[in-house]
Amino acid sequence: MNLYTAPSTKDRKKTEDEKRPAAPPPHEPLYEAQKKIFPKEIKGRFRRFKWLVMLITLGIYYLTPWIRWDRGPFAPDQAVLVDLANRRFYFFMIEIWPQEFFFVAGLLVMAGFGLFLVTSAVGRAWCGYACPQTVWVDLFLAVERFVEGDRNARIKLDASPWSAQKLAKRTVKHAAWLLIAIATGGAWIFYFADAPSLAFDFVTGHAAFVAYSTVAILTATTYVLGGLMREQVCIYMCPWPRIQGAMLDDNSLVVTYNDWRGEPRGKSAKKAVAEERAVGDCVDCNACVAVCPMGIDIRDGQQFECITCALCIDACDNVMDKLGRERGLIAYATLNEYQSNMALATDGGRSSIDPNRVRKSDGSFVDQIRHFDWKILLRLRTLLYMGVWSAVGLALLVALLSRDRLEINVLHDRNPQFVLESDGSIRNGYTVRLLNMIPERRTVFLSLQGLPGAEMKIPEISTDYADRVFAIPLDPDKATPLKVFVTLPKKAIFDPREGFNFVLEDRASGETDIYHANFNTPGASK
Amino acid sequence: MADKHIDEISGVETTGHEWDGIRELNNPLPRWWLWFFYGTIVWAIVYMILYPAWPLLTSATPGIWGYSSRAEVAAEIVAAKEAQGEMLQKIADSSVQEILADPQLTKFATAAGAAAFKVNCVQCHGSGAAGGAGYPNLNDDDWLWGGNIEQIHQTISHGIRFQDDAETRASEMPAFGDILKPDEIKQVAAYVVSLTEKPHNAALVEPGKQLFADNCASCHGQDAKGNREFGAPNLADAIWLKVRGEEQIIAQIRQPKHGVMPAWTARLGDTTVKELAVYIHSLGGGE
Repeated sequence: MNLYTAPSTKDRKKTEDEKRPAAPPPHEPLYEAQKKIFPKEIKGRFRRFKWLVMLITLGIYYLTPWIRWDRGPFAPDQAVLVDLANRRFYFFMIEIWPQEFFFVAGLLVMAGFGLFLVTSAVGRAWCGYACPQTVWVDLFLAVERFVEGDRNARIKLDASPWSAQKLAKRTVKHAAWLLIAIATGGAWIFYFADAPSLAFDFVTGHAAFVAYSTVAILTATTYVLGGLMREQVCIYMCPWPRIQGAMLDDNSLVVTYNDWRGEPRGKSAKKAVAEERAVGDCVDCNACVAVCPMGIDIRDGQQFECITCALCIDACDNVMDKLGRERGLIAYATLNEYQSNMALATDGGRSSIDPNRVRKSDGSFVDQIRHFDWKILLRLRTLLYMGVWSAVGLALLVALLSRDRLEINVLHDRNPQFVLESDGSIRNGYTVRLLNMIPERRTVFLSLQGLPGAEMKIPEISTDYADRVFAIPLDPDKATPLKVFVTLPKKAIFDPREGFNFVLEDRASGETDIYHANFNTPGASK
Repeated sequence: MADKHIDEISGVETTGHEWDGIRELNNPLPRWWLWFFYGTIVWAIVYMILYPAWPLLTSATPGIWGYSSRAEVAAEIVAAKEAQGEMLQKIADSSVQEILADPQLTKFATAAGAAAFKVNCVQCHGSGAAGGAGYPNLNDDDWLWGGNIEQIHQTISHGIRFQDDAETRASEMPAFGDILKPDEIKQVAAYVVSLTEKPHNAALVEPGKQLFADNCASCHGQDAKGNREFGAPNLADAIWLKVRGEEQIIAQIRQPKHGVMPAWTARLGDTTVKELAVYIHSLGGGE
């Protein structure tokens, strides 16, 4: 058997066609050869939604670096910027310093639980609509369709021998793909530097090597993954389908072929009716198969290749509309709902599917048919995911609103631990870092708290042991290192180690930060 | 082979090899894998031609690009020197006073001086410049020859009691073992101890004070606070350079030990010496 695609044909009821004796199966290779897939164009509500999601996600990705945000003269005016050289991360009004990078980690945790939440509620919606792989494949398919035509034209072109026309079409298609890929790789680097100047440097050949190599790598991956590998990425490379089973349960929405109303399927219903055979809603038109970007037949049941993009739903709904039948032969449904309806159609499994069990004489469905109930979205699993997601979000918000924009870090000199002065007093040296995390200049006050009798000296500010309070001008958005000496007179020395505080305050804004430091001495004097 | 054997289950041709009834399927390697493999071989050959590759007895084949990691490092060092050139030139052109007046130069000189200190000075003065018995602590405010930036620069430039340098700082304390009697030396020592600590024997202190005024005050001063002209230590403060306790003070009076520091300008050049002076001055005791 095939190890790399899920067994799909075993579980469903065999149709008439398949009951005929088939030719002995050809040998099954260990690895499946690539099946070429030519998805057909489709119009419908899910397709429209997909276009909308593509517009929004690509729009955000390509345009975000070009949004400006005025932070004054001392900070970059790019709204979203990862400034690695200066170790700053700008996100609109929020500026993150390296020690605050847990905000980004927190956002990643939220993204993870958000994905769990969405998956448990509406199944593989991420895969079907928002995953970058899906979005770019969709974009590349649209280009392909524009250049080479729809499904039948593409199949024909693919099978035809090489000709000038085929070469021209293929060249145009791949050129367009490469342009999109370059734009994709190009957009990425704009998040890491000032976009307009980098764009200028990039085209004039003055940008950094890392910029060109990043664009080259992302161009290659976009082109190969989105243009050439497409659904194979989802099937063979992506780890997410392997673990999302843990988030799905019987109440999650999945794209479902409702065979309880579709079977027995048949191309010619009239003939079947004439022969007094039971007939289902599926007319076996294969529209659902033709539109599938993953190349599967949803009527074979749940398959792990299915990314629940719902294009088959659109295709089937269009056909049902034309036939004047009710929509939803293929629909988003929960497994519970499906099984309940299936039990109804088969009389609890005691017979094969009988459309008459689910239909009234006028063709409408019987009242016992279960339909999707929105209340199913609120269950323990989704509420738990929601709870964790909100808790992390709330914690981040609280941390964001209460974080310091003024901070003091102190490092005691290690060698020597203390210095004996000629008058017998003891001096300790400290390296003090004052972090001014706003893009404005300000003057702060550094003072000693505790350690009676001690005096402080900051050579960069003043060469005198003036007093215990120094006014220090801070550059905007910078850490200012200062050498600070604290001297304790001989008569005030009692303990080998005495604790005291460095107090930093911005008297204008009222912000303060305290660092508890130690003063080392040889011990009490004789 | 004439008799092709096809495996029944898979339908794949076998290689014809058989071990205990087990046959090997003749599945070719994936083409992409093969091409990558060939690619790595080509890459290896190209690499061996371009870069140093084959080890010889004392070196390696140079490769036609003539690349070597040593040359790369050398180029980086030259580039770094060039990048520092402007600052180094400024330091060379400025006096130590002028360096101290310019915060940017001071910062650069302090960092450079710290690096030079860790190579040349730590052997005697310790990695934190805290000194040791016989070697001055450069962090404190007690200076034998003066602690302003120019005096420090002078000391580092020409050394102390360094005979090869004509401008070296020189001073010699006589050996009082030949001049004073042992009892008198004890009395002087008792007096010196009494300047900072309680005397062990108050009866010795008074005659010691007189002996000090007669024999020692010419260098160490009437009040024993030393004299930087001669590098004579201040005996009345809390810091002692070479000695701990009365026994050692007696030994030092009888037969003094003198430290020697080399002159550094000849070895390191004036720019580095200026940087060292700025660094020492920044340690907290600079005047």
